[in-house]
Amino acid sequence: MAENENENLNQNPGLNQGGTPGEPIPTVVADHVDIVYRVNGTGAGRGTATAALNRMMRRKQSEKAAGVRKVHAVKSVSFVAYRGEAIGLIGTNGSGKSTLLKAVAGLLPVEHGHIYTDGQPSLLGVNAALMGDLTGERNVYLGGLAMGMSREQIKERYQGIVDFSGINEKGDFITLPMRTYSSGMGARLRFSIAAAKDHDVLLIDEALATGDRSFQMRSEERIRELRQHAGTVFLVSHNNKSIRDTCDRVLWLERGELLMDGPTDDVLKEYEAFTNRPAKAAPKAA
Amino acid sequence: MSQALDTPPQSTPLAAPVVPPEGDLSAYAVRHGLSVSGARPSLPTYVRQLWARRHFITAFATAKLTAQYSQAKLGQVWQVMTPLLNAAVYYFIFGVLLGTKHGVPDYIPFLVTGVFIWTFTQSSIMAGTRAIAGNLGLVRALHFPRAALPISFCIQQLQQLLFSMAALIVILLCFGIPVTASWLLVIPALALQFVFNAGVSMIMARMGASTPDIAQLMPFILRTWMYVSGVMWSIDKLAKKDNLPHVVSVLLETNPAAIYIDLMRFALIDSFHSSQLPPHVWPIAAGWALVVGVGGFIYFWKAEETYGRG
Repeated sequence: MAENENENLNQNPGLNQGGTPGEPIPTVVADHVDIVYRVNGTGAGRGTATAALNRMMRRKQSEKAAGVRKVHAVKSVSFVAYRGEAIGLIGTNGSGKSTLLKAVAGLLPVEHGHIYTDGQPSLLGVNAALMGDLTGERNVYLGGLAMGMSREQIKERYQGIVDFSGINEKGDFITLPMRTYSSGMGARLRFSIAAAKDHDVLLIDEALATGDRSFQMRSEERIRELRQHAGTVFLVSHNNKSIRDTCDRVLWLERGELLMDGPTDDVLKEYEAFTNRPAKAAPKAA
Repeated sequence: MSQALDTPPQSTPLAAPVVPPEGDLSAYAVRHGLSVSGARPSLPTYVRQLWARRHFITAFATAKLTAQYSQAKLGQVWQVMTPLLNAAVYYFIFGVLLGTKHGVPDYIPFLVTGVFIWTFTQSSIMAGTRAIAGNLGLVRALHFPRAALPISFCIQQLQQLLFSMAALIVILLCFGIPVTASWLLVIPALALQFVFNAGVSMIMARMGASTPDIAQLMPFILRTWMYVSGVMWSIDKLAKKDNLPHVVSVLLETNPAAIYIDLMRFALIDSFHSSQLPPHVWPIAAGWALVVGVGGFIYFWKAEETYGRG
């Protein structure tokens, strides 16, 4: 894809891939999505043997009596995302942002409603596949394979991943087990591995909060790059500045409901007013 | 697409939505050729996706295997030490204390082969039971055919068994068992056992994913299975006793674990004759592998979209 074409895409959300104006191409459609978590063993007297026996005896009863608690994490959320858009997801802690992302990625089932996607959206989260007992080098391969890259692709990008992470800047650390890394170093390598793949629809969950200032700037740069290759980027962040820098549209979730959906500046203004209310403690906004 | 809520901030002047998808969103999505996120792929697609991830499956297995002993001082030596110590314990109890060896020639090779082959099936099933339930983080973070996990754990156990087999060959040579052409039968026997193990693992992975309690129950079931599988005694001697009901001796002899163990003994130990094998042993071994392997795969795939649910 040519450079100027990408620029064109970024500035004009909803254009065709060829850059010709026309009907915007949807990449993600959420139609009245509800997501409910079920948590086992939260009934009265949870954890005790008699309570567990009691639950088994009363199997036929409602889920609530059986000690299953429902958490309604996302409530009737609808939106359409188009090719070329970068969409920020904001909201206070526990408002359902990450849950919604996982459902878009197809990793959590929806209770009601539907999520339609163009291709396979991928979550920028490779952490779970990595193993602390293995060297950084082997983790690069393992993580790449887990994301569905081929061995040749990883070999090609290996040096780029290591250089980007900056792991080897202070010595040959890539050949040490990952458990010996500092938390910052580990986070940098994880982000570098995850960001090495090109995605159609990319979902990023708080990835920019890791690493030192220079690494954060490099990460934001890489996200802009990824966005040029990806059709659509979703970004969850509590850092309003990185949302402003990377997104042109923002969804504001609060208590699982979609409060606002609009241009970044409009929504962030409302959100900052909301989080800066005197009743609240320290403001979150950067 | 904004909506009212019960606890709004003081003022919510809703910004006009960027997009105007009026009417039925689902119809709109279908019209543009979008597909439902996280839906279960068809069986052929699933097999193709799994094949595309074959490098991940083997890399994950090898990584797990190496990570296992990476903190131990002796490191990878434990790969061989663990099965040897296991065999020593069983020899002490069943060979020396209980004297089960009566009438079995080459008892130590007989016992060690049984222990190693049984351990392969047992650990595969145990790992399979925890394959989804114990890796929810991975299942919830990345998209891949979930069958990759139980299969990967079985491959890890297969690699583990290859270490044990190296130790076994040393033991066999020490006890003067000759190297014969029948040793080549090890390969088809192991292949069939692997397919069988993978099938059971996938069945247990699905059950363990919905009911994690099964992992607590499995050690007891597996121990019972071990005692009836002739790991430390000869099934052939018991099954040929006249006082045993016919049904019981048929059941003992068609038990898949017993079949795979005896096939391996037949392949490796010259004093273990084909007359000690049940009739039609190879078709039975292949049948178990085929039925359980394919059946387990389909059973696992049927619940593909539910794995990792909250």
